[in-house]
Amino acid sequence: MASSNDTSLAVSCRNVGMVWAEGTPRAHEALCGIDLDVKPGEFVTLLGPSGCGKSTLLYLIAGLETATGGTLTAFGKKVTDPSPERSLIFQETSLFPWLSVWQNVTFGLWVNGRKARERREVAADALQRVGLYHAIDKRPDELSGGMRQRVAVARALAMRPKVLLMDEPFAALDVQTRAKMQDFLIDVWKDSSASILFVTHHIDEAVALSDRVAVFTARPGRIKTIVPVDLPRPRDLFSPEAEALRRHLTELLRDEVDRAFAEQEMMSAA
Amino acid sequence: MKGAAKTLQNDGAMRPILAPLLSPSMKSLAGRIGWTIVSVGLFVGIWEGLWYFGISDPKLLPPPHIFIANIPDQAKFFNTASRWEMGVKPGSGPTPLQAMIYTMLATLIRVIVGLVIAAALAISVGVMVRYYKLFENLTLPTITLLAPISPVAWLPVALFIFGIGNGPAIFMVVVALFFSMVLATIAHIDNVNRNFINVARTMGCTKWQTYTRVIIPAILPGLLMLMRMNLFGAWMAVLIAEATGVGYGLGQIIMLARNTFNPGLVFFTIGLIGIMAYLCDLALRMMQKKILYWIPENKAVLNGLK
Repeated sequence: MASSNDTSLAVSCRNVGMVWAEGTPRAHEALCGIDLDVKPGEFVTLLGPSGCGKSTLLYLIAGLETATGGTLTAFGKKVTDPSPERSLIFQETSLFPWLSVWQNVTFGLWVNGRKARERREVAADALQRVGLYHAIDKRPDELSGGMRQRVAVARALAMRPKVLLMDEPFAALDVQTRAKMQDFLIDVWKDSSASILFVTHHIDEAVALSDRVAVFTARPGRIKTIVPVDLPRPRDLFSPEAEALRRHLTELLRDEVDRAFAEQEMMSAA
Repeated sequence: MKGAAKTLQNDGAMRPILAPLLSPSMKSLAGRIGWTIVSVGLFVGIWEGLWYFGISDPKLLPPPHIFIANIPDQAKFFNTASRWEMGVKPGSGPTPLQAMIYTMLATLIRVIVGLVIAAALAISVGVMVRYYKLFENLTLPTITLLAPISPVAWLPVALFIFGIGNGPAIFMVVVALFFSMVLATIAHIDNVNRNFINVARTMGCTKWQTYTRVIIPAILPGLLMLMRMNLFGAWMAVLIAEATGVGYGLGQIIMLARNTFNPGLVFFTIGLIGIMAYLCDLALRMMQKKILYWIPENKAVLNGLK
């Protein structure tokens, strides 16, 4: 593996660990010994049972939390603080309800003190890319769940991020909308040249989207294995290869889900 | 619920006649005023009924038609106000009706000034407690200690410091509201959606920007609700202050009514306070709607429950 301060890697995790509430009686280990490299422009999915620490890893990479062990770098620089270069898109809507859509999209530019006219141009461009130009003057509560997530993506894109971190962004959407959003995300990804780290517990989603799938174990979260997805794009999700891959990932996950359940039962029995 | 459905149908039947006259918003306003009259009418009706059937003694619980009947008669009691303080020359004193209006305005202004000062102070202090850890350590224990103290206990303090006049009344309102408003502001800040703050951090907000551009707008709905809840507290506090001889005001009229055994005047004054507090609340609600343009109306969902 490449050294951890390799500037050619979008994200590099070396032996990263995370203990919540370290040093207190409530301490519990969320992540342990994570080694993961993400190349620029690569789409990597983090797949695992609920509560395995996938989201924690995203928060660490985003710089919103600090790892309690190991080293974490982005383009060779140690991650210490959040940065618009590594934009996190949350599971639930995180748009500010008091701002209009275009003001939300350019919130980061507003913080940098850019002029309204320039911001509106950037917003128009970013919204065009997510197919929501017509909603530029709407307020978030006038949009559907899927549209809101697209605005959140536009907000991240407006900052020209090098890494997009997505924490189950489509989990709250219905199945049809989610399929649409996956197509949309692939389009956005292709013309943005950003790396994407995508957390999900849906095997279908992992197969549809990623270049590589990192399968997590149940607590504490470790990377069990990294599965490359060598399917040509646009992907035929009903091909035998895709079917075989889904089966493989399902088997990998099943053990972990079983373990997680057994653990939960033990905990509730205790 | 059935009754409401029936009225809706009636409303529908009336629409062809009313439609050209009233816009939809006017109609909803008319409906609300209508229901207010019905609600108050029901209450007054029961009261009048108790009197009519001789169940309640009109000397102790005079029904509304008696104590409202002769407003000038009631108004003459309001002339206990220190007229010279209103800037009126001796000899050309206000008529009883003018005196009544001055008294009401005096109390109203104390309530509004007190509420505004209390809110401005409490919100600033609440935000500063969360912004500066040292400030929290220095102030929060004292604030928490003083929060449960009844405004009545502050009354002597108000008189010691401010003597007689507007000062002690406004002080009483501020002191009655301030401490709990600080604690409520802090609670609102702590409840701001974590995602909002994380977005702000990701977008490179400084601490100051996170507060001014995210946390303050996020807590604004809660703060305005807090103002409304505390408006009623302000009315209560101001009466306590006025009852002890601030000079003039509705609280003093109530005390006068008590000392002269005049239940009609008590109820008359209560009626005035109720109407003014209601109008204040209405004004705050309208302000709330103007400021919080992004809050959707959720009441419709609750009214839809069967």
